[in-house]
Amino acid sequence: MMTCLCDAFFDDVARATHEVLESLGIEVIVPESQTCCGQPAFNGGDWASARQVIRHTLNVFQGDCPIIVPSGSCAAMSFHGALLAHEKETDLPQVQAFGARTWEICDFLRNGLGIESWEGRLDARVAIHSSCHSRGTGTPEAIRTLVGSIAGVTLLDFTQPEQCCGFGGTFSVTFPHISGSMGRLKIDSVRATHPDLLVSGDMSCLMHLNGLAEKQGSPLPVKHAIQVLRDARVTPVTVQ
Amino acid sequence: MSHQQIDQFAHRLDKGVRDSVLGGSAAGTEKRRQVLFGDLPNADSLRALAGRIKQHTLEHLDRYLEAAEERLIDNGAKVHFAWDAASACQQVETLLRERGVRQVTKSKTMVSEEIELNRHLAEKGFDLVETDLGEFIVQLDGDHPSHVVKPIIHKNRSQIAKTFERCGLGDYNDDPETITRRAREYMRRKYLSAEASITGANFVSAESGRLCIVTNEGNSRFGLAGARVHIALVGIEKLVPDDRSLSLMLNLLGRSATGQNLTVYTEFIRGPRQPEAISGPEEMHVIFVNAGRTETLASDCREILRCIRCGACMNVCPVYRQSSGHAYRSVYPGPLGAVLSPLLAGSARFAEFADLPKASSLCGACNEVCPVDIPIPDLLLRLRDRAHREHAPAAFDDAPNLKPWAMLAKSPAAWRMSLRAANMLNIVPLGFLPFGPLGRWTSQRTLPSWRGGRYRQWAAERKKQKNNPS
Repeated sequence: MMTCLCDAFFDDVARATHEVLESLGIEVIVPESQTCCGQPAFNGGDWASARQVIRHTLNVFQGDCPIIVPSGSCAAMSFHGALLAHEKETDLPQVQAFGARTWEICDFLRNGLGIESWEGRLDARVAIHSSCHSRGTGTPEAIRTLVGSIAGVTLLDFTQPEQCCGFGGTFSVTFPHISGSMGRLKIDSVRATHPDLLVSGDMSCLMHLNGLAEKQGSPLPVKHAIQVLRDARVTPVTVQ
Repeated sequence: MSHQQIDQFAHRLDKGVRDSVLGGSAAGTEKRRQVLFGDLPNADSLRALAGRIKQHTLEHLDRYLEAAEERLIDNGAKVHFAWDAASACQQVETLLRERGVRQVTKSKTMVSEEIELNRHLAEKGFDLVETDLGEFIVQLDGDHPSHVVKPIIHKNRSQIAKTFERCGLGDYNDDPETITRRAREYMRRKYLSAEASITGANFVSAESGRLCIVTNEGNSRFGLAGARVHIALVGIEKLVPDDRSLSLMLNLLGRSATGQNLTVYTEFIRGPRQPEAISGPEEMHVIFVNAGRTETLASDCREILRCIRCGACMNVCPVYRQSSGHAYRSVYPGPLGAVLSPLLAGSARFAEFADLPKASSLCGACNEVCPVDIPIPDLLLRLRDRAHREHAPAAFDDAPNLKPWAMLAKSPAAWRMSLRAANMLNIVPLGFLPFGPLGRWTSQRTLPSWRGGRYRQWAAERKKQKNNPS
């Protein structure tokens, strides 16, 4: 599942996911009819619309292959949110089955495939922002383990890591002042560690944070965790 | 369409207040983490256990409430039930009036805030003083608490010193020890002259009828030591099945609330003064207050009634930290209030608070720190769905309409076409679009370049390449 954000803005993240999986000998199928996981309407309170989109996605991803997503948020929507939206619906079992096959990409590499360390090299100080929707899943530890195992990587710990970046989907436009203030606090705590790279498992957080930082005149060097993994493996990268 | 009230409140918030709230709540979160996990490395499983105990109690509330009532009567207390706020206030007033009481002390009770007891008793000519220092300051200022544990988290000591000066409690002095000493001297006189004392209860054991009350200032004990009559206002959700459960709850409450292993004073009160006791109230009245709880219990958000009022969810909540407790326009702020306030308001007034569940990025930090493991984000989402179904206007302020998006997302051909068409976003100067969601995005953030459908093209090429390796 490529996610609507990668479909629209971050094609290289979807591509990195594809390339990493292929490099591990996995056949990647990209259903053409996929659109979105349904989260915008679900979080926005329009569950009736959300269910229509979830059912479409269910249809597109029939079968029993694992469904891999380069987003902790979309993954959580599939194995948690969608179940909530369907808690009083008769097709709940199908939604549960769909959710049980869905993995965030790094969680899949670490806990699905059992990969504990990553080859390649990246000489960089890396700060990792755990996206909120991956709380309680295997994703945060998977990203730390895999990215942290790359030769040359120094992981940085910034303060108050449990604080949200302030994106929150439509929250970012419905509560613009609070969202912006939250993001600026996050940027300050990240910048205090002087990272070469800010890495996350969700482009939504990074789009919001870098969007704020760029508007302030100094962009953040951001990358999705799967891009870091791919780039380390394909050719050693040195970040200035 | 107007703007979201909480976002506007946060935007206009005084910088001093924001700094107080932000600093106070962040410190609370950090202290909790250190003490809770330092003492109890398996705290997360204890949270889950405490959640199951409270949930079980709620599922059998009828049985436990009856048991608690029987035990309390056996212990010599009188038990009353109040269906709503008006009835609770009236019952307190009647109890006081029948006993010729005019002077009353009151220790911290959130349910008394819900029913606006202070206002009611003041209007009826009673002299009531709050004995919790924070609540006392709130009372002097005619203000409202902005946090369930730290009612004056929004104030700094210079404001408090000014209040004391204004109320005749001494010349301006913002030394915390002086402020506390002055409050103590004032309250000692009140403790001695008051004939009745009102308390809440943190827990009530259905097994023994014991009320468990925790304070850090000993003010509840002082109040009861001087009073003939003890009136306890207790929300019906405060029950636990047995005394044994109290140990788990107390272990979690102090650590979650203030990062203390245990609050300084923990009282267990099972009835009025026994013949052999040398002091204590001769009469004990327990008023079990409903005030919207049964309606909440009947809803699909009943888990919120597990809450033990520790305040950890508001401390950790980034939205609370930015907006302060008063932004929530209700007794309970933060994630707790965003769920509980619309529910306690009842179906008739739900719409008035329908924007509260929207005031969250759904980050889930509240659930992560909750000592009774309430799935707060799930409850916020259920309430958003309800607000949407009931067309509550407050929930729609500034919220993008997602129906057109949903139409597109279930029509793959149209979706793919608009992905390509939206490439024109790169040409339109977005800064000139001040209206609508995109304008609110770009007012403070840049938008990445549109690359709609690029990955699809690449994947299609890649598939061709794999099928026809040359």
